[in-house]
Amino acid sequence: MTTVSSASPAFTGNDPQNRLFGPLPDVQGEAGYATDHPARVGFFTDTSVCIGCKACEVACKEWNTLPMDDSYGNRDTLGLSGMSYDNTGQLGANTWRHVAFIEQVRTVDLPMPTMGPPATRQDGITDAPDEAEPGDSVVTAQTSVLNAEALSEFDPQTSQSGDREIRWLMSSDVCKHCTHAGCLDVCPTGALFRTEFGTVVVQGDICNGCGYCVPSCPYGVINQRKDDGRVFKCTMCYDRLTDGLQPACASACPTQSIQFGDLDELQARADARLETLKRQGVESARLYGRDEDDGVGGNGAFFLLLDEPEVYGLPPDPIVTTRDLPAMWRSAAAAAAMMVGVALSAVLGSRRS
Amino acid sequence: MKTWLDAWPVFRQLTGPDPLGRGAAARSRATENVVARTATADRVVQSVCPYCSVGCAQRVYVKDEQVVQIEGDPDSPVNRGRLCPKGSASKSLVTSPTRVTKVRYRRPYGTEWEDLDLDTAMEMIADRVLDARRRYWQDECDGKRVNRTMGIASLGGAALDNEENYLMKKLYSAMGAIQIENQARI
Amino acid sequence: MNSDCIVIEGSNMAECHPVAFQWVTEAKARGAKVIHVDPRFTRTSAIADLHVPLRAGSDIVFLGALVNHVLSNDLYFHDYVAAYTNASSLIREEYQDSEDLDGLFSGWDPDSKQYDQASWQYEYEDTPDAGVSEDDPAGAAEQERLSQEESVKDADQAHASGSGGPPLHGRAKRDETLQHPRCVFQVLKRHFARYTPEKVAEVCGVEPEAFLKVAEWITANSGRERTTAFVYSVGWTQHTVGAQYIRTASILQALLGNMGRPGGGILALRGHASIQGSTDIPTLYNLLPGYLPMPHATQHQSLDDYVADAAGTGGFWGNKRAYAVSLLKAWWGDAATPENDFCFDYVPKITGDHSSYRTVADMVEGKVAGYFLAGENPTVGHANGRMQRFGLANLEWLVVRDLQMIESASFWQTAPEIETGELVTEQIPTEVFFVPAASHVEKDGTFTQTQRMLQWRFKAIEPPGDCRSDLWFYYHLGRILRERLEDSTDPRDRPLLDLTWDYPLHGETQDPSADAVLREINGVGPDGRALSGYLDLKDDGSTTSGCWIYSGVYADEVNQAARKRPGREQGQVASEWGWSWPYNRRVLYNRASADPDGKPWSERKKYVWWDAEAGRWASTGDAVDFEATKPPDYVPPPGAKAQAALSGQDPFVMQSDGKAWLFAPKGVVDGPLPTHYEPSESPVENALYAVQGNPSTEHIQAPYNREAPSMGDVFPYSVTTYRLTEHHTAGAMSRTLPYLSELQPEFFVEVSPELAAERGLENGGWATLVSPRAAIEARVLVTERIRPIRTRGGQVVHQIGAPYHWGETGISTGDSANDLLPVVMDPNTHIQESKASTVDIRPGRRPRGPELTELLEQYRHRAGIASGRMPVGGRVAVEGT
Repeated sequence: MTTVSSASPAFTGNDPQNRLFGPLPDVQGEAGYATDHPARVGFFTDTSVCIGCKACEVACKEWNTLPMDDSYGNRDTLGLSGMSYDNTGQLGANTWRHVAFIEQVRTVDLPMPTMGPPATRQDGITDAPDEAEPGDSVVTAQTSVLNAEALSEFDPQTSQSGDREIRWLMSSDVCKHCTHAGCLDVCPTGALFRTEFGTVVVQGDICNGCGYCVPSCPYGVINQRKDDGRVFKCTMCYDRLTDGLQPACASACPTQSIQFGDLDELQARADARLETLKRQGVESARLYGRDEDDGVGGNGAFFLLLDEPEVYGLPPDPIVTTRDLPAMWRSAAAAAAMMVGVALSAVLGSRRS
Repeated sequence: MKTWLDAWPVFRQLTGPDPLGRGAAARSRATENVVARTATADRVVQSVCPYCSVGCAQRVYVKDEQVVQIEGDPDSPVNRGRLCPKGSASKSLVTSPTRVTKVRYRRPYGTEWEDLDLDTAMEMIADRVLDARRRYWQDECDGKRVNRTMGIASLGGAALDNEENYLMKKLYSAMGAIQIENQARI
Repeated sequence: MNSDCIVIEGSNMAECHPVAFQWVTEAKARGAKVIHVDPRFTRTSAIADLHVPLRAGSDIVFLGALVNHVLSNDLYFHDYVAAYTNASSLIREEYQDSEDLDGLFSGWDPDSKQYDQASWQYEYEDTPDAGVSEDDPAGAAEQERLSQEESVKDADQAHASGSGGPPLHGRAKRDETLQHPRCVFQVLKRHFARYTPEKVAEVCGVEPEAFLKVAEWITANSGRERTTAFVYSVGWTQHTVGAQYIRTASILQALLGNMGRPGGGILALRGHASIQGSTDIPTLYNLLPGYLPMPHATQHQSLDDYVADAAGTGGFWGNKRAYAVSLLKAWWGDAATPENDFCFDYVPKITGDHSSYRTVADMVEGKVAGYFLAGENPTVGHANGRMQRFGLANLEWLVVRDLQMIESASFWQTAPEIETGELVTEQIPTEVFFVPAASHVEKDGTFTQTQRMLQWRFKAIEPPGDCRSDLWFYYHLGRILRERLEDSTDPRDRPLLDLTWDYPLHGETQDPSADAVLREINGVGPDGRALSGYLDLKDDGSTTSGCWIYSGVYADEVNQAARKRPGREQGQVASEWGWSWPYNRRVLYNRASADPDGKPWSERKKYVWWDAEAGRWASTGDAVDFEATKPPDYVPPPGAKAQAALSGQDPFVMQSDGKAWLFAPKGVVDGPLPTHYEPSESPVENALYAVQGNPSTEHIQAPYNREAPSMGDVFPYSVTTYRLTEHHTAGAMSRTLPYLSELQPEFFVEVSPELAAERGLENGGWATLVSPRAAIEARVLVTERIRPIRTRGGQVVHQIGAPYHWGETGISTGDSANDLLPVVMDPNTHIQESKASTVDIRPGRRPRGPELTELLEQYRHRAGIASGRMPVGGRVAVEGT
C-alpha cells in the first residue's frame, strides 16, 4: 500500500521548515503516500446559499449512525436552545455537522429600501432598473424592506426615522481537516491519521481515549464521547470516498451550499464565487480557511462567510497548537543527545508531537 | 515474517516514507479494511421520498433484507441526488424501533391496548363495516335516490399511492360510503 | 429555473420544499429576482432579493393592487390578453360589482348566505338554450337551474365542473377594442381601482416603496422576452377566501402573459408526497377519479343527467360522457351495459357538503359509526384538535393505519381532555383497531408529485410483522366483504358483488399487484390492450379507464411512470423521467407560449410553435398541450363540440371557451372577482368595504368551536400556523425519529421583541396562548424576524407564529397549535382558515386539569362569547352553520 522511499525527509535530514505550519502543497506525500495518491479533497461551504435546512446534520448522522444527543455527549438532552433555529449548539463527538443561525438586525435609513446594484446578466440584459446606491455593504441577497413607521414608534432608541434591517445568516460548520492538524500532531497512539485523500480521520480501533487531541484543536471540533471515552469527529466519510461516493452531507445539501471535490478545484470555484459576490456589492463576503499562509496552512474544509468569523463562532485567526513545537524539540533534542539511545527517543518523541 | 512486520506501525514508520507516523504508517487494520455499506449492499432499489410533494428520487440500499442506507438518486432530474433533512432521515423512518409492527386493539371502554391477530382483525373490521353500512343505509334522501350509507367515513393521508387511493375510492363507492376525505382537502 | 423573476407568496419554499428550492437558487444565480412576500421573515426570506412582510390575511389587497398597477399603467401584455383571455367578453347588464354594493356582488341572498350567479354570466350572441337544444336533449338548461340549488352549491361547485372550467352554453358577445363598459377588461379595471399602494400600506402594512419595487420587478420581467413565476402553498389556500387568493394571482399572471410559458405560471407547492395524486384520484367526497364530480342526488339521477352539462360545451371537457362511461366500465366491467346506464345507479349520490369537518361534527353528535384513518393524524394536523378528539370519542369503531402510534389512535389514553375530565377513558365507547402500515420502501406504487408527475417506486423489502400496504388492506377488506355477501340477493349489495376486484396476488402475504391497478387506471381498449391516452376513450362502453387524465401512463403496455432515464442524459424538460398527466405534458396550456399565429413570442422564450411545413406543432422537448395538427388558423365550424369547438388560437383547452378567465362567470361561489375580506377572526376592520369577512364563509357553531369577535380586545393578537423544515405535518413521520426530533425538540412560538415586552415574555421561557377553543403552552422564541404591522389609523397588529407539528406522543412532544384554531371554511373548497385567527398570549405555563377549562370559560365570558363547556364524553349537537 505504501512505497518505502529512501528520500524520506526523516532520513535525509532535510526536514522542511514548514512541516508543522505554513503552506504544504502535498499533504499526502508529506504523510508518506506515494506520488500517485489521489488528489486532496475537501469541502467548500458557501454560506451565501445556505437555507439552514440541516439536511447535512441528518445525512451525516444517518450515514455515520451517530447517537442522538448533544455535542457534549450527553444523552437525551432534548430541549429548545432559544438560539434562533439552532438546537444543535456546536460540533462534538456526536455532531459532525452543525448549522449555525445568526439573526442580525441593524438600523438603516429608510423610507427608501436599500437594494444592491442591478445585476448584469450573461445575456446582456440588465435587470429591472434600481434606484439604490451601489456598494451598500449589506448583502443584496438579504435585503428586507420594512414598514418604517411601525417599528419606529416601538423603538425610539434606534432612530426616529430609521428602521431595522434583518439578516439571517446560516452556516454549516464541520471539521476543517487542517493542512497542519493539531489533533493529528499530538495524537500519541497513531489513532488520528492523514488519509490518502488528505483528510484527517480518527481510527476507532486505535484510539485509547487519552484526550490529548481535544485541547489541541484550534476550532474545538474534536471531542470525547462520554460513555465511550474515545474521540470522534468528521471523517469526511472516509468509507464513502473509498466507494467513489461524496460525503453524505455534500450529497444531500439541496442548494449546494456544501460542495465536495478536489481541493484545488474548490478553491478556484470559491475564488470565482467571491469575485461574483463582490461585483454584486456584497462587500462583507470573504473566504475563511482558504489562505494557505494562515496559522493552520489552510483548511481542507473552508468557507465563504458573509460576516466576521467570530459572528459564526469561528476563531478569527486559528493557529495550529503545535506550530512552535519544532523549535521546542530542537532544544529538547540537544539535551537528549547526551542520553543513551538518543536517536530512537528523538524519533519517537517527534512522533508524539 | 514480512507481513507481520508490515503490520507493526513502528516498523512502517521507521522504514517507510512517513517518519512522523501521521499518514501511511499509522493506518490501522480497520482502516485498511474499511468499506462503505453502499458497496456491500445486496441490491439498490429506486424509490421516491415519502415526505413533501417535490418527489425526490431515492436509492434504497438493501443488505440481508434490511434497509442499510437511503439517499438521493443523482439520476433524478427533480432532485439531482439531493435530499432535505426529512428525506435524509428516511432510513430512520423505515427502520425506526418505535414502529408498530403488530396489530393493536382497544376494546370499547378498555384502558389498555391488547394483542390481536391480523386475520382476526380483518374479519372483525369486515363485520363492523357490513353492520354500519346496513344500519346507516339510505335508499333515498329527500325523495331522491342516493344508494348510500352514512355510517362509514374515511380520512386518508397524502402519502397514499395512486393505486391505493384508487382501490379505496372504488371500494368505498361500491359499499356506498361517501364521507371519504383526504389530507388533500386540508 | 427559466424564470426571470420568482414571487414566492403564501409559501415558505426554502423551509417546506427545500430540495425544489435549488431551482430557485439556480435561477437567482443566473440573475433572476426572487421576492418573498410573507408575514414572517423565514429561511426563504433569508435568501430572497427582497422580503416584503405583510399582515396575515391581506394578500388580495397586495395582489389586487398589483393588478390595478398593471391595468392603470398599461403594463399588461396586450397581444396575449386580447387573444388568450376573456378580457373582451361582455357581462350581463344586471351584473353589479362589489364596487357598487360595498363588498357584495349582485345575487346575494342573506338568508341562505349564498349567491345566485345568474347575473354574473356573459351576454351571449344568442340565448344559451337555443344553442344547445338540438345537441342536448337532456337539457343543459335544466342542469343549469339545478346547479343553483343550495345543496348543490354546498357540495362544492368549484369541483362540480371537474378539471375543466365550468360549462358555458353559447358564444359570449365580445368587444375586441376592450372599451365597452361591460367588457371584462373594463369591469376588472373598475373592480380593482380601489386597490392602491396606499391601501396596501393601510391594510397589509407594506410601505408604498416596497410595493412599487415588487410591481416594478414583476412587470419588467414579464412580456415577450421575459417571464415571472408565482409560487404559493397553503399560505394562500388556508383562508376563508383561499380560492380567491389564487384567482387574484391567476388574473395578474394572465394579464402579464405568464401562463403556459417557460419560466411563467403559478406553481402550487403541495404539501405531501402524493397530495396531488390524492386529488387526481381522489379520496374526496365530491370527486370521482379525474375530477369527474360525484353525482349529486338533485342533479344526477341518470347518466344522461350527469353528462348533460358538458354535452354542448367546448374544450376537452366536452367528452365527459366517454370519461364517465370508461370509469364505470373499469369498476363494474361486464355488469355495466348501455341498458343499465353502465351501472351509474351503483355510484352513491351526495346531497351537500360531506367534507371532513362536517363529518367530524356529525361524529361528535354520534351520527357516524365507523371511521378509517389511513396515514392521517387529525387530532394534531387538523384545525381544532379538540373537536377532532370529541369526534373520535363518539364513534363506535375506528381503524387506524399508520407507521407509528399516533395521537389519533391513542386519544382514549393520551388526549388532553382526559386530564381536564372532559373525556374519561372508561367511558369512551370507541373500539380501536391499529393495523400497522407498510412504509414507502415496502411496497410498489406511484406518487404524483406537485407538478403532476407520476413516479414509480419499486418495493425494496417486505414490510415487518403485521405491517401491510394500504393496497393490501383495502384489497383484502373488499375480498372479505364480497365473500360475506356472496349469497346475498339484496340489490344494495350488487355494487360490491359486481365490482371488478381480481388483481394478481404476490408472495406469502398475497399482496395485490400495484402494476395491475395502474394498468386499470390507464384503461384498455376493445382489444384488451392498454390505451395510449384519453383521446382513445369512447362513450359506448368499449373502453375502460379508472382515471381518464392518467390514461397514457401505461401506454404501449409499459409502466411509463417507472421510466428513470437519467436527467443528465436528457434535455431540460427531461420528459423520459416518470410521466406527467395529461399526455406527459410538463407545462400546461403551453400553446400559449406561441403567439396567435403559432410563432414563439420571442426566441428567448421559445417553447412550442406551429411548424407549417410539417403541418403540426413542434416543441423544445415537451409534449404539446394542444391538438397536434390543429393549425393556428383553424376556425370551428358551426355545431362543433368538445375540443373541435375551440379555435386554433384558444390555448386554454380545458376551458369551454379556450380562454383564461380574468372574470369567472361561473364556478366560484363567493364572487366572480376576488375581493378583500378580513379573516373570520381579525384584529382589524375591513378598510375596503363595509362587509367585514367573506359573507359566504362556512361556520360550524357548537360549544367546541366558538369564534372570537373581530377587533376584540380579549383575543387581540393575530396568530398564523405553519411547519418547519425539520418536521413533517402532524409529526408521525418526524417527531418519532431521533435525528429530526433533536433539531426542533420542543413546541415553540415566535414573537417580536415588541410583543414580548408588551406581554412580559422571555426568550426561552414559557407562554400560554388562549383562543376561544383552547389554551396551550409553548416555549417562546423572541425574534426580530416577526414584526408588528402598523395598519389603518396607526393600529398596531402583533403577529404570533406557531408551528403546528406537536402532540402528546413521540420523542419530541408538546401542545398542538392547531387546537387553537376555529373551523371556518372557504365556501369553494371547505378548507379551513389556518393562516390567520386571533388569540391572547400570556407568560407562564397553562393550568392543568379542570382549571384549564375554567380559564377558557373566563376568557369566553370576558369576550362575550357563549359558553364552550362540553359535557363529559363530549357529545353535543351543532347549533347552527
